Amino acid sequence: MNLPMNRRTFLTASAVAGGGMAIGYSGSASAQNPEDLDFNPFVRINPDNTVTLIIHKPENGQGAVTTLCMLLTEELECNWQTLNWEFAPVARVYGFPLQGTFGSLGVRSSWQPLREAGAKARVMLQQAAAARWNTGIENTRAENGLVINIQTGGTLSFGDLAAAAAMLPVPETVALKTPDQYRYIGKATKRRDTLAKITGGAGYGIDVRIDDMAFAVLARCPVFGGRVQRFDAARALAFPGVLDVVEVSRGVAVVANNTWAAIEGRKLLDITWDEGSSANLSSAGILAMQKELVSTPGAVGRNDGDVEAALANAVTRLSVSYEVPYLAHTTMEPPNTTADVSANGCQLWSGTQIPGLCHLNSVATSGLAPDQVKVNTLFIGGGFGSRGGGNVYSEAVEIAMAAGRPVNLLYTREDDIQQDRYRPCSYVEMEAGLDAEGWPLAWKGHVSCQHFQDLVNGLDREALSGLADNDYAIANQRFEYSPLELDVPTNFWRSVGASQNAFFAESFVDELAAAGNKDPVELRRRLLADSPRLQNVLNIAADRAGWGQPLPEGHYHGVACISCFGSHNAQIVEISIANNQVRVHKVTCVVDCGQAVNPATVVQQMQGGIVYGLTAALKGEITLENGRVQQSNFHNYDALRMDEMPQIDVHIVQSDVAAPGGIGETATPAIAPAVVNAVFAATGQRIRKLPIKLA
Amino acid sequence: MASFSFSLNGQPVTVDVQPQMPLLWVIRDVLNLTGTKFGCGMALCGACTVHLDGQPIRSCLTEIRSVDGLEVTTIEGLIGDNGELHPVQAAWQDIDVPQCGYCQSGQIMSAAALLRENPAPSDADIDTAMRNNICRCGTYQMIREAIHRAAELQSLAYDAMAGEGEARV
Repeated sequence: MNLPMNRRTFLTASAVAGGGMAIGYSGSASAQNPEDLDFNPFVRINPDNTVTLIIHKPENGQGAVTTLCMLLTEELECNWQTLNWEFAPVARVYGFPLQGTFGSLGVRSSWQPLREAGAKARVMLQQAAAARWNTGIENTRAENGLVINIQTGGTLSFGDLAAAAAMLPVPETVALKTPDQYRYIGKATKRRDTLAKITGGAGYGIDVRIDDMAFAVLARCPVFGGRVQRFDAARALAFPGVLDVVEVSRGVAVVANNTWAAIEGRKLLDITWDEGSSANLSSAGILAMQKELVSTPGAVGRNDGDVEAALANAVTRLSVSYEVPYLAHTTMEPPNTTADVSANGCQLWSGTQIPGLCHLNSVATSGLAPDQVKVNTLFIGGGFGSRGGGNVYSEAVEIAMAAGRPVNLLYTREDDIQQDRYRPCSYVEMEAGLDAEGWPLAWKGHVSCQHFQDLVNGLDREALSGLADNDYAIANQRFEYSPLELDVPTNFWRSVGASQNAFFAESFVDELAAAGNKDPVELRRRLLADSPRLQNVLNIAADRAGWGQPLPEGHYHGVACISCFGSHNAQIVEISIANNQVRVHKVTCVVDCGQAVNPATVVQQMQGGIVYGLTAALKGEITLENGRVQQSNFHNYDALRMDEMPQIDVHIVQSDVAAPGGIGETATPAIAPAVVNAVFAATGQRIRKLPIKLA
Repeated sequence: MASFSFSLNGQPVTVDVQPQMPLLWVIRDVLNLTGTKFGCGMALCGACTVHLDGQPIRSCLTEIRSVDGLEVTTIEGLIGDNGELHPVQAAWQDIDVPQCGYCQSGQIMSAAALLRENPAPSDADIDTAMRNNICRCGTYQMIREAIHRAAELQSLAYDAMAGEGEARV
């Protein structure tokens, strides 16, 4: 998850062939295993005076490449223009096995180690220069890839100094810059991947072309957990361009000399499926199971005060339920992987959020040794939590082995929507009590949904996140969870538990405000007295949006706020309703993410997080009938489009907090409740089920 | 199998494929030009947008037999002969539009077609022209801004050309 920064790892430096210097983290202070470092450094200072940063956080659009380059440059003082970067191979020093991009952790986990590596390397380069000049290091400074002799004005380039610097001991400690000294951190900085992405030159997994490669699609059982009973490939094999049809553990693959032939050939397969035990599963049936599960006590995730006693004393009580559906990710680049497997090696090419898991998965599937498997990380055409583990890697490896040639396995959009690992559908029953003045006394909730991580004391930490960890100062709170066990695959989805739980929590808090005759912002402000950062973003959002001020006729405000991923976010939406459809005109989004490293990226991530959550709030719904996903492509699982896009006004709070918070997922949770709360303001209707469908 | 000839980014090409094979897969898998993207296969998302005789089309549903003898331009062909970015690409770079970037080839091709027909599009014009291009990263606000910027850049370029013309007179 993080760069190795515990006591067992040390920053080390070594010389590289041709006179350069490599800097990275190693398991021993003396770099007893220097080969590791030669091949797996974080930074290479090359004799030609270029610097290469190894990017160990895959780029799925969140700006990792640019932001990590900024952190390094800030302390190394290398030349920003000539700084190169490349994606990391899989290695322990990059975080293997959980080497990857997830949890809005990319910048948070790189913040300290990358700056420290840069600063220590810079000190070593200055020391090497000082020795060359026969002066003290205090008479030198580094700037734009040069060490400057302050007394004489002479300069030596990093490239000239790298070989000598590599021989010096790595400083034990180093002073990092204070914020007033920052030249990059906190400055809106252009992305380093834009040019490739606007000229068609960025390489995604789907674009891999290697010698002898064929294209494949896989027919999988439409019911989760089902398998092939028998199949006839004759008609598929007769389709021009189809090279092979192979059975693998998850279905029947058609291998062809182009993707279209593989897709057309698959239509001609005659397969009889053993549909397994989930063939009768339906969304209605699942909801009934969830209602049953919450009717008996669940595992307790939070239990403050005495909820039952407080409810007994309440003057007003309200009791409601909410539900959200399964959601697919629909990354614009559908899942795909290219695999090349032989008896002595396996190579994969994929846009993967967690190359470490891709590697583990491929080792297990191929039966090869870990050092025989190589994962090549490419640009990711959208991740949103979908490209962690998953089946696509093992499927590609199996097909390549069975077909005896390298294959590029692609999920069509139908495969993607019907064979995803979904955001779980979730159901919650809530109850609260208010005092005579209308202030909340007690709040309890009981959630039932699937879990995709191991339960700890009966709890899945994501199942209640965004709900049980709310910041509201209500003395009596109790939240319970009852796991739902089904064959439907579920997994991370941008903002994970908070994607549904903030909808539950922030809708319910709005219901409490209405029941107690309080203004929704005023109630939150009062209950957040002990959470100053969240209260602050709420106050700023209310000011900037003109909360309580007159709006154009037919326009209404709604509010929601949440602390998640180490950051704090408030959103106020302005909506209108026409023909029973919600139109979101404007979103005022205020975020306190601590130190914003690249404010331009923060704006992008706030806009992107909101659009992702708004799509789900207005349109997103995966339903099951007869064990089958009923949606198949963008005509019935649509995304927000240009003409539905609100104006999003992002305001980044100048935070007193020196370290960065997460931004990739922070803005997704609040948008759905903000919109439903505005719908209540507009119509008096409480929307307790997503996506929003007005009565 | 049959032989089809067309112009791809100004170069004549001939392919020997099934007549029903979509242009998208001819470009990507036969000619190995991968800037044009697959997104849905049903003309719903716009990721595969290219220009056919100057008009934006969805290459995922355009059969190769309907392309015979015509001119196809992809994202790779948008850059000028001198390597200069198209005004739409230049605006995209100015605004730093892309996040994951996967849909941007299609977005840029749609925007370039819009600006050729309508050099100063309104927000409503942009809504209509761009609503068939999906971006899941949510770059729409920056796309809108970039299209307005591209219109400015294009108009400045025309003014400069007009200026040169006057100087010659």
